[in-house]
This record gives sequence, C-alpha cells and structure tokens, in this order.
Amino acid sequence: MKGNEALAEAAMRAGCKCFFGYPITPQTELAAYMAKRMQKNGGVFLQAESEIAAINMVLGAASTGVRAMTSSSSPGISLKSEGISYLAGSDLPCVIINVERGGPGLGGIQPSQADYWQATKGLGHGDFHLLVYAPASVQEMVDMVVKAFDKADEYRMPALILADGLLGQMMEPVAFPEIKAEMPDKSSWATNGHKNKREHHIINSLYLTPDELEKTVLDRYERYAVIKENETDAETYLTEDADIVVCAFGATARVVKSAVNDARDQGIKVGMFRPKTLWPYPNKEIKKACENASKVLSVEMNMGQMVDDIKLALNCEKPVEFFGRTGGVIPTPAEVLAKIKAMGGNN
Amino acid sequence: MNKINVITGHYGSGKSNLSVNLAIEAARSGRHVTVVDLDIVNPYFRTADFKELFGEKGIELITPSYANTNLDIPALCFDLERIAAEENGCLIVDVGGDDDGAVALGRFADGLNAGGDLDMLYVFNRFRYMTRTPDEAAELFYKIETASRMKHTAIVNNSNLGCETTAETVESSLEYADQLSRLVNLSVAFSTAPKSLGMDDRRFKSIDVYVKPVWDR
Repeated sequence: MKGNEALAEAAMRAGCKCFFGYPITPQTELAAYMAKRMQKNGGVFLQAESEIAAINMVLGAASTGVRAMTSSSSPGISLKSEGISYLAGSDLPCVIINVERGGPGLGGIQPSQADYWQATKGLGHGDFHLLVYAPASVQEMVDMVVKAFDKADEYRMPALILADGLLGQMMEPVAFPEIKAEMPDKSSWATNGHKNKREHHIINSLYLTPDELEKTVLDRYERYAVIKENETDAETYLTEDADIVVCAFGATARVVKSAVNDARDQGIKVGMFRPKTLWPYPNKEIKKACENASKVLSVEMNMGQMVDDIKLALNCEKPVEFFGRTGGVIPTPAEVLAKIKAMGGNN
Repeated sequence: MNKINVITGHYGSGKSNLSVNLAIEAARSGRHVTVVDLDIVNPYFRTADFKELFGEKGIELITPSYANTNLDIPALCFDLERIAAEENGCLIVDVGGDDDGAVALGRFADGLNAGGDLDMLYVFNRFRYMTRTPDEAAELFYKIETASRMKHTAIVNNSNLGCETTAETVESSLEYADQLSRLVNLSVAFSTAPKSLGMDDRRFKSIDVYVKPVWDR
C-alpha cells in the first residue's frame, strides 16, 4: 500500500469512527481513502471547510469519547495549532497526522522534516506536550497509528504522527496486526449524554482563577513525567562498536541505513540511532547507543532541528555534527557517506 | 508505421515502471520513441522522473509543464493528438491513476482512436487495495474506459509486492489474471516478473524495476 492509504486503513482498524480533513498535497490520498471507506466501516468522513474547522470537529467528536482523527501537511498543521492546544488543554485524546512538505510558508510539495520543532516544542500555545511518533516505513505507519490511538486514550492527550511526503507517497507491502475491538472506558468523562442518570460532564480549557488553571497544568505535567519514563522508543543499528553514530528519524533513517551499510563495507565503524518517539525523546537509549562513539552526526531533511535534543540527551559530552538537505530535497546515501568520511570515520 | 501504447490502471499499479520498460525496449529495437507523461492527478513517482535516463537512451519525453515542480496544477500544455499524428515510431502514453487520471486521456480520445496501430493496456497489481478481487479490478477497468472514452485492447498483469516480490508472488497472480481476462473479455498481453527473479520462461515478461526509493538506487 501507499503510506497515506496505510495510515487511513490502520486508523479505521484501530476503531477511528470520525475523520475530519481538508485536502493538501502530499497527504490527500489519506482523506481520499477515508472518503471511500469510512462510511462502509460505520464511521463518519467529513471534508471540512478548512483545516481550522476540521481540528475543531475533532475536538467535538473526541469529547464524546469516540476515536477521532485529522490529517494534513505542514501549512495545514500550522492552521490546526490553535485547536490542538485546545484539545491538549481539554485533556482530549485524538490522533493528528502530519505528512510534512517543504516550508516555511506555502513552501513546496516535496518531502521535508522541517516541522520537527513545531511537533516537539510548539504546536500551539501554552504549557503542553503531544505524543510524537516518527515512522520510517509504511509498516511502521500502520503500527504507530494503532499505538497512537491507544496511548492517546491511555494518557488523555493528542498524539501526532510526524511523517513526510516520501513515506506518504511511497509503496511498501504491509501486514495489518490483529487489533483488539474493545475500546477503553471513557464513561467517567465523555460528554455523551447524561440521560438524567449521572452528573453532567464538562470538557473545557477555560479556568476562572489562575490557581485552578495552574493545578490542571501541574496535573498534566505529572502525567508527562510518567510518559517520559515509560514511552520512549528507538531503533539502534550497528552502534555497539561504532566510532560515529548517525542519528536520523523517519524516512531519512532509510537513507542513513543505506549509507551506514556502504560505510561498513568500506570498514568504517559507523552505526545508526533512530528515535521512534520524538516526544518523549529517547534520552536513555541515545546515551547508550553513543557510549563508545567519539562523534555523533545528525542527518535530517531540515536545517538541523534535532541537533539540540541530541546534545541535551548527551549532556554535550560528544561533538554533534549535522548534515541535511531542505526545501524538499532528499539527501542521498552517497552524500551521507561523504559526510561520514569527512568526519574521519575510523576503520 | 506509428505504434501507440496507452497505459492505464489503478494508482500504484506500476504504469510508470512498465512505461519506462516498454520505452527502453522499443528504443533498443532502433525505433524513435516518445513517452508522454499524462499524469495530472499525482505529482510523485512518474515517468517525468526518468528524464535523464530517457536522454541517455535517445527517448523523447513530453511532460506537463509543471511536472516535478512545486506548482501542483493540472495543466497540459501539449497537443497529444498532434504528437500521435506526427510520431513515426513508437508513442507511449503513461496515463494518471484510476478513472480520475483517465479523464485527461478522454480529452484526446478522438485523435487517438483515429490514429495508427493502438494498444490500450490496463495494468493491474492484484495486491493493490482497490483491486484485491478480479471483480474490483474489472469495475475500475470499465470506469477508466468510461472516463477516457476509449476501449482497452488487452490487460497486463503486473502483480508484485515491491522489494518483497518472490517467484511465488508473481506465480500466485496468474489465476487472478485469467479470471479478470474472462470478466473483461480481453487477453492477458503478458504478466511481468522483476528481472532479478530470473523467471525467463514463456509465462512472464522480465522487467527492470526503475521506480524505487532513493535508498535502493
């Protein structure tokens, strides 16, 4: 399947009953697939009048306790950011998919990873985080969508899949896992009608006193501490004896893995570290992966947005260099290999 | 004599990869070859990506003016009917996916139908999501004919699972191909198998895989 189609199919299999979207290249196949299949699956597909309307429809649907999703590409995600902040402030679970394209501004339609900062640091105003997953294959898109719905429900917060146009448009074989049909119990908070049998529930992100608001934020940060401890995930590849560890996320990691294999063929001791969760960042995992390395390289389809997170995770104990292409240009394995050699990768 | 091959099919069925193979094969036989990228519904993984390769092989490539740029607009700035009339060798038209993509072909139907020796090939991959059963593939087949106002002349079995394609993958598709052939009452022109599988028997046409991600090139 194509990445965008697989994201949609996985969401439906994970019990997504409401999808609200608005077309934008390179994620449109996702919405198109939903349009064709959602109704047959007993769900709702709605093409909203704008990205802002779509994210607010997600807020409404998520309030009732159903699994809801929206998707877009970079400029559209910026438009959704206000609604995402409201979702986080209302402790509502949902899944948001960003199939990134080149930016800033209207940018271009070719693949990019330049929304790393936006996804991990600032997708909306206020003190909050999103769970951020970065798939590197079509199969992982499937697995991460299912996981994102589960974790969003578990922690009552929005989860974001940070994909890119390359993954969205490419085709790979996929297998769909057995998915348990039972949905988590949301009866303690969902606004799905009290029928005069219980107190009414309130979904809200407005608090009348600063103390009240502060308490909701502090409660949320207690949950974030648990998430940081338990929800990090990463892949390591040939890092045990590596002198240089190359860090990359998403589709770029596929390019890097190819370059690492080429370097190993030439006897250069190099490995790869790939964060699968971008928030929480896998600090422990990267520290371990870089234990024996003298240098670290970050390869990204942006201008080096992940570099600071690597430095923080390593307490700035190792030099972190950067190689990247941006604006929709995809780095090649040959370019990455040349950079590894320029860094003096040892045999 | 002018030979025209029109390639249609589901999104991701392998139209572009087949078009590149057919173009290179025709060029090898010494004919003048022109490839027209008629895809104005999806800007990625298209024949326009092979400009350099075609240049090396002396194959002429005609694409929408804005192919492979950030200007994602469905505009065709060439006259396919005139190209079909003037081409004196082999013309390959790579059409966009589904009936959505075939609408653009319909604009040129009269000229192409009136032209020379025309083959319109319906490419299918039984592993794609919209053509999992022969019935679904047949439904799309007719939708494409309606949108393009043209009739297919044969079907091409291009069933594969990308880099995970094995001999068993392609062999298991032969029965499906026969079923579809009976449903649409057209013969299977050929079934493809990636050259790397070495399946050079009479049942398969060995093809090169040109459409692949940057890390596999």
